[in-house]
Amino acid sequence: MKPVSFEYFAPTSVADAVSLLQEHGPEAKLLAGGQSLVPLLNMRLARPTAVIDVNRVEGLDYVREDGDALAIGAMTHQRTVERSELVQRVNPLLHAATRLIGHPQIRNRGTVGGSIAHADPAAEYPAVALALDAEMRIVGPNAERLVPAADFFVTYLTTALEPTEMLTEVRVPALPQGTGWSIQEMTRRHGDFALAGAAVTLTMDGGACSDARIVLFGVGATPLRVQQAEERLVGERVDATLMSEVGREIKTSIDEPLADIHATSEYRRNLAGVLTERALVEALERAA
Amino acid sequence: MAAKRDVRLTVNGVAYEASVEPRMTLVDMLRGELGLTGTHVGCEHGVCGACTVLMDGRAVRSCIMLAVQADGAEFMTVEGLASEAGELHPIQQAFIEERGLQCGFCTPGFMMTIHELLQETPDPTEEEIKDALGGAICRCTGYESILKSVRSAAKKLQALG
Repeated sequence: MKPVSFEYFAPTSVADAVSLLQEHGPEAKLLAGGQSLVPLLNMRLARPTAVIDVNRVEGLDYVREDGDALAIGAMTHQRTVERSELVQRVNPLLHAATRLIGHPQIRNRGTVGGSIAHADPAAEYPAVALALDAEMRIVGPNAERLVPAADFFVTYLTTALEPTEMLTEVRVPALPQGTGWSIQEMTRRHGDFALAGAAVTLTMDGGACSDARIVLFGVGATPLRVQQAEERLVGERVDATLMSEVGREIKTSIDEPLADIHATSEYRRNLAGVLTERALVEALERAA
Repeated sequence: MAAKRDVRLTVNGVAYEASVEPRMTLVDMLRGELGLTGTHVGCEHGVCGACTVLMDGRAVRSCIMLAVQADGAEFMTVEGLASEAGELHPIQQAFIEERGLQCGFCTPGFMMTIHELLQETPDPTEEEIKDALGGAICRCTGYESILKSVRSAAKKLQALG
């Protein structure tokens, strides 16, 4: 057997899961879809003393329209989001991002909350959560709180979640009618984690850009919002020259990403710029 | 060592019960405890697809699921494809005819992936086939013969109705 020995619990309510977290302290790990955690256990990169499996917790598997947002239960499978006509209609960017996660076999088990709480900086969901101003509903021993994506992702695989807290819902605002969007990424093989990626939204009003959002992933410790680049677009008539300039500026302005065996730091920076430009072009086409 | 836990599950229509350590993966239980060695263990971190089985009809990686999580679920593995009388499943027949395998190591995972695909999408497009098979890696046959096997299996299954 590959993982280290651990105690296993399968609570059926959020309250029980949270009290188990309190009881077992920071060496306990919540197990959602397991598509990142179990590989880490198999390689003994994660050595928790207790695994709290939340797959049997009731009431966390749903996608509903709630005012002008989507409320998605943390244990909703990515495959459910992929197949949801509601998501496709209300937030096509979230839908498109889902199709880029791993493979169907991964999305059958992987969950929305698991991906966001794991906070891999190269993952799609954290990036679109930031691009779309999603909010995370977090339940702790005494209280519940809503944390905006901008405050949620702290650094590599680290979020605002305290060791005794659990993510229960992700609230994703609807993409306003007429807002263009795109998500672009480069992977070594279909379904791999992105070497770099860009998620973009673009709102046009009377020929000029009224709002823009550019979030990069795979190039920093968290998904990275590039406000400087957004500001270059707002108020302007967006054309090919401007989009190309913004892409070029990203290549020189972002901090050097980490290099690994798959890509150098320089290559990742270059990719971030190229993918941003491609994403802007596609988002502009989609903007009404 | 953490206390063992009892797991009750159904595999290919047969009820099984096993007592396992929580850290045992599903694929190790299928192979080591239940003797169902048709499911193969490849990368053991969810990348290669060799260990793919159907859990309640959905293709999942059995190497990145814990055996204890399988309690109460229904599984189908490659052993469940052929009929009890030994008649090969149309997917297996198609793999033979189209030479969809050489060494056969990845084949059980491919077949279970294809089973899910064709259950849900009896007449898949090229794009849909490639999207589903993207989660399985073959290092010797070459994917063209496997794609042909899927198209052939789809035809066979449709002819059966």
